[in-house]
Amino acid sequence: MTHWIIAPILIPALAGLLLLLEVRERQQLRRVTGLLSCVALIPVALVLWQQAAQGDVGVYQLGNWQAPFGIVLVLDQLSAMMLLLTAVLALPALLYGCAGDDRRGPNFHSLFQFQLMGINGAFLTGDLFNLFVFFEVLLIASYGLALHGRGTERVKAGLHYVVLNLAGSALFLIALGLIYGTTGTLNMADFAVKAQALEGSDQILLTVAVLLLWVVFGLKAALFPLYFWLPAAYANATAPVAALFAIMTKVGIYAILRMQALAFSDGPLAGLGADLLWWLALVTLALAAIGALAAQRLGGLVAYLVVMSVGTLVAALSLGDPKVVGPALYYLIHSTLICAALFLLCDLLRRSRGDSDDRLESGPPLAHGNWLGAAFFAAAVAVVGLPPLSGFVGKVALLQAVPSAPYWVLLLLAGLAGLVGLSRAGSTLFWRVHGDVVSKKLGRRRVIPMLALLLASPLLTVAAEPLLQLCGGVAEQLADQTIYIRAVLGGAS
Amino acid sequence: MELLVALIIGVLVATGVYLCLRARTFSVVLGLTLLGYGVNVFLFSMGGLKINQVAVVGASADPTDPLTQALVLTAIVIGFAMTAFLVVLALRSQGEQHSDHVDGQDGEQRS
Repeated sequence: MTHWIIAPILIPALAGLLLLLEVRERQQLRRVTGLLSCVALIPVALVLWQQAAQGDVGVYQLGNWQAPFGIVLVLDQLSAMMLLLTAVLALPALLYGCAGDDRRGPNFHSLFQFQLMGINGAFLTGDLFNLFVFFEVLLIASYGLALHGRGTERVKAGLHYVVLNLAGSALFLIALGLIYGTTGTLNMADFAVKAQALEGSDQILLTVAVLLLWVVFGLKAALFPLYFWLPAAYANATAPVAALFAIMTKVGIYAILRMQALAFSDGPLAGLGADLLWWLALVTLALAAIGALAAQRLGGLVAYLVVMSVGTLVAALSLGDPKVVGPALYYLIHSTLICAALFLLCDLLRRSRGDSDDRLESGPPLAHGNWLGAAFFAAAVAVVGLPPLSGFVGKVALLQAVPSAPYWVLLLLAGLAGLVGLSRAGSTLFWRVHGDVVSKKLGRRRVIPMLALLLASPLLTVAAEPLLQLCGGVAEQLADQTIYIRAVLGGAS
Repeated sequence: MELLVALIIGVLVATGVYLCLRARTFSVVLGLTLLGYGVNVFLFSMGGLKINQVAVVGASADPTDPLTQALVLTAIVIGFAMTAFLVVLALRSQGEQHSDHVDGQDGEQRS
């Protein structure tokens, strides 16, 4: 049973390699391989969640090397929850891709699997350098995916994205070097223990390293002033890729949350950089609201909504209060799934509008305007946080947990800005029409994955109470890191 | 020795950052490469600087740290692959936009 922990990394890795070997012309075979891997990830993630929910922290020692010396994979409730979220997101995104978008480049399916491998690995690893490696795996795959398909805009946005992330990787390495130089370890649990005992100049160096880590994770999470790459990269990516990217910013947030809970909840380094994160997140929230109002394209608008969710989450999490973490996790699940649904919906609209693309201007009437309009309305209500859908539940829970005036004002104003932006987009897209229908069939294979993701919102609303309790349980486990540290450093599993 | 290594890292990183801030893709590629070199040397020196010592415990009285060597090896491999990818991307960018400016066009052209 202990070997289950590595399955979320091995399944996509094997599928990705198999896909590289398969004949390029046999598209159906590649689709089946990719889908099988994604389908398999869901039960595996469920099994892992079952294991983690019992309260123990599972440790998998690679090559059976003892913990501070070898690399470990660690499964606690937070990792298990993120794995489950990734698996639930990946299947509809890949199904949508199988409707035709995967034909636009030869290696879509294998890149998709390697991206999943990187994301799952980043959620599971208990070693800082290994975290760097998995970040690189998911980034390298994402470079390929971001450039999937053609278009000058895509290449331009892709170039910026790659260069920025390479610079980010360099900073990550410097931070890791400093951490190793001062504490002599890269294992997260061991680091958490040793960081408490540092004094003098070593402690100053470690402070620098940790602030560098916040910069790197802030870049991944798209936090001000490091979010400018995101709107262009996400809005120009192919729809299934953009949907999968909805979890990428959350990897950065996960890394911040993990490091904060593990090493900076108490001791001399407690709350290091938290004030900085708080204010930067609030600025992110405000600027994302302005960006959402100013967006010229629906894709850009959705990308700014992603940034908005990042600001909301990081501001809440920077408080370091265990009571906030539960609602924040609920909101994280909600925003990931709904933003992904919006990216897919945006692509459906783009397809029905011919040359008008997703620009927010008067265009041809839509062939299935009523259905698409209803889906857009539901998604908008959910993402902005109006009752009765999940965004409302998430935001109310967050507001209850964060008693801070600037947060309340900014979150509500940002919600209003999102609402205005989406209303403007909806009325332009669906009502300001002229000319004839550019008849294009929607295709059931595209609509069903989009609806499946959208359905997450009512489901999250109906199951809000138990889910919030689950998230609270995850937060409780996260607040008590002695279990984690003992599980990792306590010797053989 | 420490001063020399520190100076080398400083010069490498400074030139790398300078080149990264240029607006042409070629200098950006070169800049990122230099930045990568600087970071690799930095990572390497984090295990402590020792001359003429092997990285095997027991084979010498004062062995050098093997872990940083492994880390640097990983970082070199990843950095090398990324440079190759970036070169191809820069070429494609130039092919599609008919300019090697990182924004696809010069400031003068745009205005």
